[in-house]
Amino acid sequence: MTYIAKPKFHHPGLPKNALGYTHRDYEGTISTLCAGCGHDSITAAIIEACFELSIEPHRVAKISGIGCSSKTPTYFLGNSHGFNSVHGRMPSVLTGANLANRDLIYLGVSGDGDSASIGLGQFAHVLRRGVNMTYIVENNGVYGLTKGQFSATADRGSKSKRGVVNTDNSIDLVAMALQLGATFVARSFSGDKAQLVPIIKAAIEHDGAAFLDVISPCVAFNNHAGSTKSFDYVREHNEAVNRLDVIPARAPITVDYAEGSLQIVEQHDGSRLALRKIGADYDIHDRTAALGFLQRHSAKGQIVTGVLFIDGEPVDLHASLRTVDRPLNSLTEADLCPGSAALETINASLR
Amino acid sequence: MKPTDISAPAYFHKVVDCQWACPAHTPVPEYIRLIAAGRYSDAYMINWKSNVFPGILGRTCDRPCEPACRRGRVEKEPVAICRLKRVTADYKDDVRRFMPKPARIKNGKRIALVGGGPASLTVARDLAPLGYECIVFDSDPKSGGMMRTQIPKFRLPDSVIDEECGYILDLGVEFRGGQRIDSLKALLAQNYDAIFVGSGAPRGRDLDIPGRKEAAANIHIGIDWLSSVSFGHISKIGKRVIVLGGGNTAMDCCRSARRLGGENVQVVVRSGFEEMKASPWEKEDAMHEDIPIHNYLVPKFFTHDNGKLTGITFEKVRAERDAKGRRNLVPTGEPDQHFPCDDVLVAVGQENAFPWIERDIGIAFDKWDMPVVDPETLASTNPKVFFGGDAACGPKNIIWAVAHGHDAALSIHRMLSGEDIKQRPLPDVTVTSQKMGIHEWSYDNDIALDQRYKVPQRDKSVALRDIKAEVELGFDVPLALAEAQRCLNCDVQTVFTSQLCIECDACVDICPMDCITFTQNMDEADLRKHLSAPATNLSQDLYVADGLKTGRVMVKDEDVCLHCGLCAERCPTGAWDMQKYLINMTHAGDIPCRPVRSAA
Repeated sequence: MTYIAKPKFHHPGLPKNALGYTHRDYEGTISTLCAGCGHDSITAAIIEACFELSIEPHRVAKISGIGCSSKTPTYFLGNSHGFNSVHGRMPSVLTGANLANRDLIYLGVSGDGDSASIGLGQFAHVLRRGVNMTYIVENNGVYGLTKGQFSATADRGSKSKRGVVNTDNSIDLVAMALQLGATFVARSFSGDKAQLVPIIKAAIEHDGAAFLDVISPCVAFNNHAGSTKSFDYVREHNEAVNRLDVIPARAPITVDYAEGSLQIVEQHDGSRLALRKIGADYDIHDRTAALGFLQRHSAKGQIVTGVLFIDGEPVDLHASLRTVDRPLNSLTEADLCPGSAALETINASLR
Repeated sequence: MKPTDISAPAYFHKVVDCQWACPAHTPVPEYIRLIAAGRYSDAYMINWKSNVFPGILGRTCDRPCEPACRRGRVEKEPVAICRLKRVTADYKDDVRRFMPKPARIKNGKRIALVGGGPASLTVARDLAPLGYECIVFDSDPKSGGMMRTQIPKFRLPDSVIDEECGYILDLGVEFRGGQRIDSLKALLAQNYDAIFVGSGAPRGRDLDIPGRKEAAANIHIGIDWLSSVSFGHISKIGKRVIVLGGGNTAMDCCRSARRLGGENVQVVVRSGFEEMKASPWEKEDAMHEDIPIHNYLVPKFFTHDNGKLTGITFEKVRAERDAKGRRNLVPTGEPDQHFPCDDVLVAVGQENAFPWIERDIGIAFDKWDMPVVDPETLASTNPKVFFGGDAACGPKNIIWAVAHGHDAALSIHRMLSGEDIKQRPLPDVTVTSQKMGIHEWSYDNDIALDQRYKVPQRDKSVALRDIKAEVELGFDVPLALAEAQRCLNCDVQTVFTSQLCIECDACVDICPMDCITFTQNMDEADLRKHLSAPATNLSQDLYVADGLKTGRVMVKDEDVCLHCGLCAERCPTGAWDMQKYLINMTHAGDIPCRPVRSAA
């Protein structure tokens, strides 16, 4: 934890986005997490992604539960809406907010405890319903706030800092998200911002339930030999399926790669993703193949990262429920009250 | 790019921009921290060791440190380093107990010093405590040289000169005032073991245009006039005064004239206002005293009537660049402009003059009739004779004279100890971690935006009535402490240890200035483009470290680093540390003048 405020100075040559903001304008207050926490890198990646997308901060609602990860919304987008909810209940608060005001960008920030243990049910249903959001799990495989017990995502056979071996099977949130019908699924690593930032951008641009699992080493309790969520282990076992560049709607594609290695994926909002394939021939539109690929590599101890699945035609909760296409707070009396003539008609029909 | 060798003394020295820019390499952040701690005497002694005249320089220095100051790169204006130096002199206690004592045993060596200004006095200060017998000759009755004769009292009171020259003369230095040296040959014949020439650039350039001779009674050479004013030989001037020239001497002339009866004083310069040699703050001070500065006017002739000056006629010019890019002043063709006046002060430059140095005593002169002097050792071609200050390389300023004095003293000491003067001992460098606790540092790292504070001035109507009334009153204590707080502590260095780094990016994320990048190594030119924020200031180094597990390199752009230490606070493994780098230049011998004190 750092006690001084981050100085207001910034580099005189800092680039500005279309709104005239620098990335410093997307910061929150200074982090109170342990020095070196992977979550702080994810915070920085969210800041960078929102800066690059020129998002107006007041158009974002960041919603979290309880835990180290759920503290992080304080450290980014200091001028956005926020809700720090009950443990594991971020998905329902987010769903409610989304139903009330569909115009905002929803960032759900959670951790492995908040989503894979106490909030596993909520996690399942919010994805199942297809709420339009970016759900980020900052996954360190350990309960950091209570001093390092295994969490539900800790791999079987991995060792705690005190040398205890985990005997429980782990929950793979990415595999579950694929099964539950998330329309955008990706995994990344806090120590690789070059991969992480474009994935967050693509997830925000995605019109549907986007789920993002980010491995985030806990430097205090889970960065030792024997851990499968340490910087060293993740770097050694990282199996990236693709690299990503996000191209905003209408901008010309200027990315220059060898022919055949580039796949352009159109998103519903008109933005395009330029995917550079690495190694294995991987089809990002095949949900079942993705599941198989994931499990084959997981059995070999590899951590698959990159964009794993995108549904080209996502359907979100508002479409399923056929809700009104404006935020509820913009509906006036004229919209909500059909008038006495309509009442008369109804009454008459009941007589 | 090759990894940076941080053990080379010059690398971190350059990061302390102010100290690097100071010719005498004064440890600026060190003394500013001592001011902030209220330890004015200690702060004064740090200065005294490096630049010998803190009270004088704190009022008159050309301040090469301030344009270099990092605060000026991240905010509008640099730290008021010069005026903080004066603070140390204003608020110190009696510092005599910290001063070196006169040598109890003389070493039998005699040194003659020609001229009693800053260069000679610095040599004497460095050598006298070592047992050398130093004899200073000056044609003026009191020591101080140009500091006493050419700088007006309203900028530098006599009491300050007396005090600081006194500290040196008290070391057992013999001052022979009123004794002009007319022949170096004769001086050499007196068998001194070494002779140091610090006689300055004592001749003011004249302006030989029509009417100069006829109106001579009312045309004065600037520096001569200033010294006559200083000694009280001149106490008034006409009501309308024209000052020719755009340097600091011209500014001193016009402001002095305002105080001696000049009601309508104007400065006229040949070239543009922006190109004037005077320091910006001196121009400001002159204009504040209602002195207009006219530019692009070349004097053509003096007008006079019956042997009495009536004015000057100027030709109007403009600046034009020729094919080679050289700037020329060409007439605009507009009618000449006549400025009526009663007196003219000519301050168009100074020259060295060595009529008293015979040309057959082994001292070579170059084509500009300047002695050939080694810039590092300050030795002339006669092994016994050394030069320094303006006498060595033409008119510069006090702080350069002091730097020369230190170097010449070192040369003399080594020569008379039978050592090679070409071999210069390395500076004394210490690097110490400033970590005191998990988030505690021995310096204040909580950096905030804060505009430069103005030095209070005496009311203009009062100041203009008395030529001896000092205009600047100096910072009071609250202002001094606030200004001291603006220092970024650039001497507390960010030191990186690759072996400890786990590449978690915490430093990259927290750095408020986006100074730090982890990337693949490439050429410096490419690296500068591929950092978190572009490194466009080529005068500032990149700090590159390799040996990371992923094979990348850590690159830190030193340019706008605030030395806030957040990288070190957010580092989980201590790969970043804040370490104070203190460099003391080597002076003659090991002068026992360092007071016993703890670190700042």
